[in-house]
Amino acid sequence: MSFIEYGDTIKDGDTAIVFLGHESMFPVKVQHGTVTQTKYGVIRHSMDLIGKKYGSKVTCSKGGWVFILHPTPELWTMNLPHRTQILYSTDISIITMMLELKPGSIVCESGTGSGSLSHALIRTVAPTGHLYTVEFHQQRAEKAREEFREHGVEHLVTVTNQDVCKNGFGVSNIADAVFLDIPSPWEAIGHAKAALKAEGGRICSFSPCIEQVQRTCLAMEEYGFTEINTLEILLRVYNVRTISLQIPDLGKAAEDNSSAGFDSSNPSNQGSPCTNLQQGAVQFKSGVPQREMVGHTGYLTFATKSLF
Amino acid sequence: PLPSAPRCHGAVRAAATRMRSRAAEGARRSASGAGSGREEEEEEEEAVMAAGHGPRICEGECAVLKRGDVFKAVAVLRRRKIIFEKQWFYLDNAIGHVYGTTFEVTSGGNLQPRREVEETTTETKEAGTDNRNIVDDGKSQKLTHDDIKALKDKGIKGQEIVQQLIKNSTTFRDKTEFAQDKYIKKKKKKYDAVITIVKPSTRILSTMYYAREPGKINHLRYDTLAQMLTLGNIRAGNKMIVMETCAGLVVGAVMERMGGYGSIIQMYPGGGPVRAATSCFGFPKHFFSNLHEFPLSKVDSLLSGMFSTEMLPSEFEDNALVEEESNGLADEKQTSVQETEEESITATAMEVNQTEEQEKMDINAEDIEFKDNKEKDNKENVREKQRKQWERRKKLIEAAALLTEKNADGLIVASKFHPTPLLLSLLEFVAPSRPFVVYCQYKEPLLECYTKLRERGGVINLKLSETWLRNYQVLPDRSHPKLTMSGGGGYLLSGITVVLDKGKSDSSNLEALKMEEPSSKRCKVQDLQC
Repeated sequence: MSFIEYGDTIKDGDTAIVFLGHESMFPVKVQHGTVTQTKYGVIRHSMDLIGKKYGSKVTCSKGGWVFILHPTPELWTMNLPHRTQILYSTDISIITMMLELKPGSIVCESGTGSGSLSHALIRTVAPTGHLYTVEFHQQRAEKAREEFREHGVEHLVTVTNQDVCKNGFGVSNIADAVFLDIPSPWEAIGHAKAALKAEGGRICSFSPCIEQVQRTCLAMEEYGFTEINTLEILLRVYNVRTISLQIPDLGKAAEDNSSAGFDSSNPSNQGSPCTNLQQGAVQFKSGVPQREMVGHTGYLTFATKSLF
Repeated sequence: PLPSAPRCHGAVRAAATRMRSRAAEGARRSASGAGSGREEEEEEEEAVMAAGHGPRICEGECAVLKRGDVFKAVAVLRRRKIIFEKQWFYLDNAIGHVYGTTFEVTSGGNLQPRREVEETTTETKEAGTDNRNIVDDGKSQKLTHDDIKALKDKGIKGQEIVQQLIKNSTTFRDKTEFAQDKYIKKKKKKYDAVITIVKPSTRILSTMYYAREPGKINHLRYDTLAQMLTLGNIRAGNKMIVMETCAGLVVGAVMERMGGYGSIIQMYPGGGPVRAATSCFGFPKHFFSNLHEFPLSKVDSLLSGMFSTEMLPSEFEDNALVEEESNGLADEKQTSVQETEEESITATAMEVNQTEEQEKMDINAEDIEFKDNKEKDNKENVREKQRKQWERRKKLIEAAALLTEKNADGLIVASKFHPTPLLLSLLEFVAPSRPFVVYCQYKEPLLECYTKLRERGGVINLKLSETWLRNYQVLPDRSHPKLTMSGGGGYLLSGITVVLDKGKSDSSNLEALKMEEPSSKRCKVQDLQC
């Protein structure tokens, strides 16, 4: 396995994802001789994991079972240990596309944070690209380096421990794209421009507050960036449920036995998805939105650096 | 596939020579004392341009014209009139320039590179405080339609026209600064427009298609496409199965994210895959050597083990086409025999009108091959046809072999067809612990798909979602979401495959129960409905 390439069987040293059911999962470092506790019992790495195919069902000691999944940046994002607030796949997706990232791209990122976006960027630029990521917090920078090593991607990424607003990304005129997720991005726009290739590139800044966005857009304009565009993207999830609605009792008309208007026993009512469960209820399938949803993560501002 | 680089290098050298001589000319001028600081800057820039950073606009390629938020993909060809945003011009002068260059259209219909002109520093502008006394009677602009036309005909630059409009507006000085700003922006957009030529990419093409021809891509909004590429873990080295009827846009996007590494098997309905949009990306030739295709009509036989290459779907088309040929099939667009195959496919892709059906596009692509063959000898014709059939059979067998390995790294579906039958069969070819993503313009078919997948088993982490996208205007003291936004961009059903427990319906039900929300939550939802 690797975060940048699929493997078929679980090996010693892999990072695997243990899936317990409905949005319940956690990462595990596969190691000979170790065990992992789950609510369904114990998983013995040597017996139950190593050599098994990814996607297999593993029965735990108490009889319950789990699935072992191959890691992907998306699964990692959902399960990584948070050192900071992270970016989720919804934002990561649009960032990747709008920055025009692909294999071979050179990307600069700051701050590294918990490495959620970093893993996704590395995946996209592999095998010939590179990620230069800057983090001003020493321990976070070190933890990120450690994780990249463990995940077998250290050759695709360089972690620098410095303040991007003061010292930039440590490279100049080589990046196809720059990403900023820092408190004062307007202070790093100049450095971002310097890191980008002479013939141009793309930039993205992520900020939770509109005031930050305003300052950043102004700075982008001052530094000659074009095509400045701010947007936000939100995910709406639907739960698929079979819903049963009762037919209200409207009493009976004097003469006839059937109720006027809506006839619940007529299957042609309401179209195909409805079936009559029992007298007095209609069933249908629905995509029900969640009670609460993420209403805001941050504003994404994109722009282009060009020669002209 | 489009012709490769050689033609371009000549153009680049020619453009570089032109630029160097222009720069030399400028240097001579400034040496004689006539030049200004700005001219020196221009020369410097031209020198940089000539130095050759960045990809250049080449003849035969697909480029995208951009004016503000409007995009249009065109084939870069000499002496070919282009119509874009009410302007007529030729692309000849653009050839050899770096992508990202901005041009203005001269009176002759030629493109001229336009350098960003510095805004004249505004002296303290006279402005009002609000609009309480401004009456909109349509009479505040003193220049008539004819006056403006006269200015344009005289060759007056757009900037100057805007200045004239401001001078001749009786209400301009009463407007607030913001209103003045807005007025100037609006006039500039109309009279001082420039065109930028940009290199195609998923970002550009998906935005363009969604704005211009959403019907061709099943109203797949660009952010939804972005989600698919990430959720599907599309990356270099994968073996992807893609089933789409989005003019080849999705295949192109997948190819871009794979960078030429790995392989793609495109499943197609009817006679052949539509790849109109794919050709717009400008991928190098080797990207296509690992792009395979396989007919949907053969999927069932492949799954049941009864697959044979006896009658290819495209052969039906061939036979039908020969008949149409003799009836004088007139193509809607140009496609004269002189034009190159690549050119007509690209042109057809880009100037297609909404009512044209996808089947017709299949036929056009095949048609062009056959128009070429018409010129040859009948005998040669038959030999050629046989050779092509043999080629196609060979490719079909290759694709079938790739599929029957049942180890694909992912599945992407984005089509006009009902997703359920597609998923249920195509998932068979995917390895366990791999992501799949299905796009549908409508939610309801995905509800059914979800249910059927639960019954089938072998999938976890099913999620039905859509993304909500909003653009913002960000200006000092004037920041707010934009006035219009997309009402919907389609829906996605995504999940991960797992090892399928065949013939154990009990356990799959158990799995289904496990995968759904705990029962207490389910009751709550129903309570809400009551």
